[in-house]
Amino acid sequence: MDTFSLLADGLMTAMQPMSLVYALIGVLLGTAVGVLPGIGPALTVALLLPVTYKLDPAGSLIMFAGIYYGGMYGGSTTSILLNTPGESASIITALEGNKMARAGRGGPALATAAIGSFVAGLIATIGLAFLAPTVVKLAIGFGPADYFALMVLAFVTVSAAFGSSALMGLTSLFVGLSLGLVGIDLQTGQARLSFGIPDFLDGIEVTTLAVALFAIGEALTIAAAGARAPDKIEPVRGSVWMTASDWARSWKPWLRGTVIGFPIGAMPAGGAEIGTFLSYAAEKRLSKHPEEFGNGAIEGVAGPEAANNASAAGTLVPLLTLGLPTSATAAIMLAGFQQFGLQPGPLLFATRPELVWGLIASLLIANLMLLVLNLPLVGLWVRLLAIPRPWLYAGILTFSTLGTIGANPSPVELAVLLAFGLLGYGMRRFGYPIAPVVIGLILGPLAEQQLRRALAISQGDPLVLVSSPLAITLYLIAAAAVLLPMLMRLRGRGDVLRQIASDED
Amino acid sequence: MKKFTLGLIAAAAIAMPAVAFAADYKILAPAAPGGGWDQTARTIQSALQDEGISGSVQVMNVPGAGGTIGLAQFANQTKGDPTQLIVGGYVMVGAILTNNAPVTLKDVTPIARLTGESEAIVVPASSDIQTLDDLIAKLKADPGAVSWAGGSAGGTDHIAVGLIAKAAGVDPTRINYIAYSGGGEALAAILGAQVTAGISGWGEFESQVKAGTLRLLAVSGDKRIEGVDAPTLTEAGIDVVLQNWRMIAAAPGLTDEQKAAVTADIKKMAESPTWQKALADKGWADTYLDGDAFAAQLDKDIAATEGVLRDIGLVK
Repeated sequence: MDTFSLLADGLMTAMQPMSLVYALIGVLLGTAVGVLPGIGPALTVALLLPVTYKLDPAGSLIMFAGIYYGGMYGGSTTSILLNTPGESASIITALEGNKMARAGRGGPALATAAIGSFVAGLIATIGLAFLAPTVVKLAIGFGPADYFALMVLAFVTVSAAFGSSALMGLTSLFVGLSLGLVGIDLQTGQARLSFGIPDFLDGIEVTTLAVALFAIGEALTIAAAGARAPDKIEPVRGSVWMTASDWARSWKPWLRGTVIGFPIGAMPAGGAEIGTFLSYAAEKRLSKHPEEFGNGAIEGVAGPEAANNASAAGTLVPLLTLGLPTSATAAIMLAGFQQFGLQPGPLLFATRPELVWGLIASLLIANLMLLVLNLPLVGLWVRLLAIPRPWLYAGILTFSTLGTIGANPSPVELAVLLAFGLLGYGMRRFGYPIAPVVIGLILGPLAEQQLRRALAISQGDPLVLVSSPLAITLYLIAAAAVLLPMLMRLRGRGDVLRQIASDED
Repeated sequence: MKKFTLGLIAAAAIAMPAVAFAADYKILAPAAPGGGWDQTARTIQSALQDEGISGSVQVMNVPGAGGTIGLAQFANQTKGDPTQLIVGGYVMVGAILTNNAPVTLKDVTPIARLTGESEAIVVPASSDIQTLDDLIAKLKADPGAVSWAGGSAGGTDHIAVGLIAKAAGVDPTRINYIAYSGGGEALAAILGAQVTAGISGWGEFESQVKAGTLRLLAVSGDKRIEGVDAPTLTEAGIDVVLQNWRMIAAAPGLTDEQKAAVTADIKKMAESPTWQKALADKGWADTYLDGDAFAAQLDKDIAATEGVLRDIGLVK
């Protein structure tokens, strides 16, 4: 019950009028910077952190939380409306969200993202408050072999993003895996595929690749289509708000996304994007409308967005309980804590409870503020689509370039951005799916490092990979994810077809 | 006449900023926002400004490859400009060697060492290893069976393990070093007892050691950490002293006067209450060293590092 009263105290502080003003300013600033392509929440927070330095601890934390959520939401807005994800965790959102936006359903897509983020943030924050010590024990029990099994599971789910052809999907995935090899190998310190260019030593930046493939590739495709391009997108077709059926189709993905995202975010080597992959795959398998996936299924926005947000709250578990910053944003949050001279760690909950609970309460308030501020603005955001195409894409090119250069000021980075932009155009032109490239770049290095760590610790004994119950469970889930649909197709083809037919009435 | 006046105004406009902002600095942090070098740069920024040593200080991040990318860019673009500074440290020394970087610390003007952190050698609380002697005994019996978790290969943590093995008479090429992308990720593996021992900066482990979940075996600095009951490596019989220090350097090609002026500003900053308070808040040790003493120490560190990286097999 102590937990509860502490949280209530934190909420009281965060609800004071001045605090609400700070939250509002934070959300506004965060959203404004976050909508720029190539600028994810981590960079947004880093850029705006100095703004918070002049405030007292409580005010600073609240504004910080606002900036963070604003940055995250800004990223999903551009993913959905313009197909230009600013960070790896909103790539999956772009898949279905942008299709929805093009079909005039940008309003519901933005709304389900915002409400889903809120629901997930709320549940995950409560989870953080009550389950943190348990979750962290579980997360620490994950050894390299278990992580490798998790990566295998994630690879299996990638197929959900393949689109129509498995061969083309695999081709894209392997392009991504090859790109993942570039740079200094963590285990040996040796450079691979860097061709003597120092900028390649750190590998290919995921956001640069994502912005290039999605934003630059998209702009080139539109330019190449010229007059043959489809008619202007209608910003709003039907209601700008979510309909009853949108709600009915969204709430389960929100909850499932939360359940998937939170524990993965809490793992020291999980990463927000893996939760979004798993959520997307789960929604595709469970959906009553699997045929809509790839053409704008609302579940494909609701689930991953919730997972993304829940995993952001999940990263606070190792940060607050162990002092482990497991994401770029968490690392910056750590810097935020340190400006008050405190070191996150196992003793933080005991020594400075008011700051910890203040932060948790601030996150809740900022989340709510985001909803209050952005839902009414949805109508305005979708008007972005009404901007004449040449202007819109000129703007996207400008901001993509600025965002990339801002994050990594180097001419080589710019050349990489343009080269992958051309690759993105080529892939679109010939119908190859884009997302598996980025997923390969993210998962490849993670899987490789975990596998090699596992084998190094066991001194080369491969049995270590299947020697823990966690790993075995994960492999079984992966096997089920591959085999079950096949079995169901063999046994119940008639049923499924009947169901599809009935859905079309 | 009119033209001349205009010309004067234009000339004055160009000259003005140069005069007004003579004490302004631009600091390059060769790492992403949030990391140690970035925090060092931003702390210097606020100390210089708050103490009125400089009117306006800008920090720019150029991340990549252990700081060597930022270093190369800095050395190439700032020649002779006394307003340009770069933050760096021991990690850069190793990265320059392992990456075979074309630009080295010889291509900039090192000004002063500012902070330093001891490496800490820890085991999980559940481990049967009680002292450094126990760990060394295991290492001697079978080097491969002792897995060490730490930061990236060739970094400070890896170098420290190499030095320890060498001092203990174990072949450094046989150490089983498991690289993690940072001290934090390594910490999770150590807490989960996935590895035998862990090595990283003291700050990464401090709160865990105090909470009793990790056992501290030894620290790598030249003296014990205040209030912490663990020997230095030297005291424990392993003749290794290593500190992960951070420094500030200026542009290449400065005149002696320019170098002295920058050094004076940095010295004033390092002695200021703002800086001292920041050090205390962040738990950084003050290891201020400038001038010839710093240059000599730097040469010594580079030579020792090159030796151990050769022994581990990372530098050919």
